[in-house]
Amino acid sequence: MNFEFSDEQNLLREQAAGFLADKCPPGAVRAVLEGDASFDAELFKGIADMGWTAATIPEKHGGLGLSYLELCVIAEELGRVVAPVPFSSSVYLATEALLLAGSDAQRQAWLPKLATGAAIGTFALTESAGQASPDRLATSCDNGSLTGSKLPVADGDTADFAVVVAKCDSGDGASLCLVPLQADGVKRTAVATLDPTRSHARIDFDHAAAEPLGADGEGWELTRRILDRAAVLFAWEQVGGANAALEQAKEYAMGRYAFGRPIAGFQAIKHKLANMFVKNTLARSNCYYGAWALSTDASELPLAAATARVSAIQAYYFASKENIQTHGGMGFTWEFDCQFHYRRAKLLSVNIGSERTWQDRLISAVEAGQAA
Amino acid sequence: MDFSDTPEEAAFRQEARAWLTANVPSMEDLEGLDEVQRAKLWQMRKYEDGWACIRWPREYGGRGASAMEQVIWNQEESSFRTPASVFAIGQGMAAPTMMAWATEEQKRRYLPPLASGEHVWCQLFSEPAGGSDLAALRTRAEKDGDEWVVNGQKIWTSGAHFSDYAILVVRTDPEVPKHKGLTYFFVDMKSPGIETKPIRQISGESNFNEVYFTDVRIPDDHRLGAVGQGWQVAITTLMNERLAIGGGGGLGFRQVFELAQRLTIDGRPAIEDRSVRARLADWYAQESGLRFAGYRAMSALSRGEIPGPENSIGKYVGASKTQDMASFAIDLLEMSGVVSDPELSSHSGIFQYAFMGAPGLRIAGGTDEIMLNILAERVLGMPQDVRVDKGIPFSQVPTGAS
Repeated sequence: MNFEFSDEQNLLREQAAGFLADKCPPGAVRAVLEGDASFDAELFKGIADMGWTAATIPEKHGGLGLSYLELCVIAEELGRVVAPVPFSSSVYLATEALLLAGSDAQRQAWLPKLATGAAIGTFALTESAGQASPDRLATSCDNGSLTGSKLPVADGDTADFAVVVAKCDSGDGASLCLVPLQADGVKRTAVATLDPTRSHARIDFDHAAAEPLGADGEGWELTRRILDRAAVLFAWEQVGGANAALEQAKEYAMGRYAFGRPIAGFQAIKHKLANMFVKNTLARSNCYYGAWALSTDASELPLAAATARVSAIQAYYFASKENIQTHGGMGFTWEFDCQFHYRRAKLLSVNIGSERTWQDRLISAVEAGQAA
Repeated sequence: MDFSDTPEEAAFRQEARAWLTANVPSMEDLEGLDEVQRAKLWQMRKYEDGWACIRWPREYGGRGASAMEQVIWNQEESSFRTPASVFAIGQGMAAPTMMAWATEEQKRRYLPPLASGEHVWCQLFSEPAGGSDLAALRTRAEKDGDEWVVNGQKIWTSGAHFSDYAILVVRTDPEVPKHKGLTYFFVDMKSPGIETKPIRQISGESNFNEVYFTDVRIPDDHRLGAVGQGWQVAITTLMNERLAIGGGGGLGFRQVFELAQRLTIDGRPAIEDRSVRARLADWYAQESGLRFAGYRAMSALSRGEIPGPENSIGKYVGASKTQDMASFAIDLLEMSGVVSDPELSSHSGIFQYAFMGAPGLRIAGGTDEIMLNILAERVLGMPQDVRVDKGIPFSQVPTGAS
């Protein structure tokens, strides 16, 4: 047993942190927040040039064939800087869907492009308010023709293709299909969201050309497996963000004086930040286990992923809101960067299903383990 | 990173499990024995076959095992129902302090009986005037030839009434600032002049004691560290305390989970209730986070690092988790939740028992608030509180008493 990242992985972390400190300073996040661009294209190109988009893609498809542990390291660093790029949609979701269910032809068509960043993929699941489920899907796919609406789709305004979850009358009630988005019958409309540093869209499909991804009637089970895998990676981003929020709060508290001394010396502030540290540490510890389960495709993955996800959601939300609180009124101003974490924390906490959804999955996994 | 066993680790696990299967005491073995006798029986059995304090060097009664082997052993032992330990303070706190500060001869003499369970040790640190502010303790020791004469009072001493030895911090110089006037000893609890009085807790039990010192004589060679260095030695103990205490408190996720499977809400199993599932998931995630944080702490130990202040989270999170789970379980039991009679209550009254014990968990070994201060100051590097007693002789520090 060994509960730490390797020296090589830690070196990768240093490289990643150095690169992002240079290419993704707070000003880069703010530029996307305040500007018209959907994401920071230059940063995303740099990320692709670093090989991060290719990390877990096999070498025969133009990837690096690294383990998921490396991807977890990258995810944490991206989360730390609140990177305004479509990395999670393209790498954690679309790439994973292709690796899990894609035919040889589909893999060959898209993985090399995903690896170089030439193509961006996304995953389109939810259609309306409330928890997604097969019986609430209206989008349908008949003989290669997809019709329906998805809202919201992360990076749906810029992605080149989407893996769409469509209803199916057989099997588990859903099927996955792969849909190029720059095509006839696809209408994309950017939507305003809590976190403008990560663009989202409504996509209306009207007899759009689609091809099945995986078997008909197995779409919900595939979705479950894709989300389990993504949950670990999202959790690492959340832990990265949560630690950055804690550091931001500490830095401010150390420099801000009230009543003749730094507010960091008051127990009300110290205990607040110590509680952030506690939640972050628990989440990180669970993320280690999740990373291992993901990298080995262990049978414990559903439980490990849900555990990491639940604690990471809680840690980042707590750190992001108490960071603002620590800053006082300044934390609530547009000009301060505290909002980055507050927005991103909530976005990440619902993006692939909410805390409540993952709490439920966690207990379901415990029940499944008990039955096994 | 690899959470699975190497072949050597798997072999060790197999060996440990086989030994445990053959040697964990049966109910008949324990029949008629009290808690201390049960703990001693189990400890001696482990010691005789080389499974006691396995990380300790062999010459001190251990097995010379690695930190990873300790993790494996803990995992395996905890999967069996074994007698509760009364050795956590002796083995977990006194022993590491002895290893760091005692002479070689003392280590060879005092550590093996600690490993075997022959001797139980307790910790004489807290005082009526010095709890969270531990360094404000007032028990005095004055040098008399080759001995020290100790007078004063300690409190909250777990297991003092059945302990053979104790670790002790006393004030040897009240005319210097408080941290500088302390000295650390170990003491034979059968020394004349030591009187132990049980404290009755809200649970009705008496795990704690007051311990009075009246002209107790301690040989100078029982001193650990230099005169006036007691605070530094105490830090060794306290660092290890954070690992030794952990979070448990006897109630775990699994017990509440199983209770929720058995009880009903609106005619359906309680476990199907979404709010029940949400709470249980949170506790599972906390328990799991603490477990893996613990493993990583052991990784750090295996690299030769001392347990850092970040280990304070185990006790801090575990104590409230126990309290909240116990309260939640009692709620699930609805009107019958008040019944604590082990004969009549669900699960032999463990939830009611844990509920009444949990307030103590949040205080013992450093209150929640002290744990948060430690995390903020020692891990995050935030400033200490303003201290009005800083730098002034202890004898001139305001006390609130006349």
